[in-house]
Amino acid sequence: MAAASNTPMEDLIRRRVTEALNPKTFEIYNDSHKHAHHAPMQGVTSKETHFRLVITSDAFEGQPLRARHQSIYSLLKDEMAMEGGIHALQLKTRTPAEEEKQEKKNQE
Amino acid sequence: MSLFTRSLLRTVGRPTATAFAPTSRTAALPSLFARYLSDSTRAAIDKAVASSPVVLFMKGTPEFPQCGFSRASIQVLGLQGVDPKKFTAFNVLEDEELRQGIKEYSSWPTIPQLYVNKEFVGGCDILMSMHGSGELADLFEKAEVLAPTEEESKEPVKPTDA
Repeated sequence: MAAASNTPMEDLIRRRVTEALNPKTFEIYNDSHKHAHHAPMQGVTSKETHFRLVITSDAFEGQPLRARHQSIYSLLKDEMAMEGGIHALQLKTRTPAEEEKQEKKNQE
Repeated sequence: MSLFTRSLLRTVGRPTATAFAPTSRTAALPSLFARYLSDSTRAAIDKAVASSPVVLFMKGTPEFPQCGFSRASIQVLGLQGVDPKKFTAFNVLEDEELRQGIKEYSSWPTIPQLYVNKEFVGGCDILMSMHGSGELADLFEKAEVLAPTEEESKEPVKPTDA
């Protein structure tokens, strides 16, 4: 029997986003430790409350930012509404073409 | 920058009290049922959204934001030069009904949330991204919510002696 994951929330985010968006690149950052001292985190024991996702996917093509963010929120609806669940979710959502354009710009 | 936040704060206290105090006082059901947006909450949020051309639902106040994302959003509005007279902030931490209700109202699970001319724009990441790309400047320009850049004086300045 496999040991229980130390990062159940991260695993779940990775699974849901990968299944739904088939991303070309997908990075998850857990920033929870940076926010552990914040007042809303009093009494919260989870080490998986603040995440930053950087997602590049063709699925975003033709969608405004708002719709992209909304589709990710809907994948994690219950986890975000849950007490002690995901408290903050920063999102960077780009299409492969947008990513390439921005990378180029950053190198200039 | 500090001028902006100061004058913002003055527009902030009252709308929170007037738009929301009545509903929160008469609300019979606790936030357990907040997932079902009641008519009275919806009406109060309608009113809040329409209270100014630019409305931010945030945690804390512009002068004392209680969350880094709310702080960042206020800073962007300041950098963009949004006219404090056309701006209202609502502190969701002061009203649990608003805090839960606004999430459902906008179909958006996080705070802060920005509205311009009653239209939902997005949360902090979207603001940042639109700030960087210039889209936000365009949006504010079109919505005519920017503070006049310079006082246009009627008399040309006379050259000073010596």
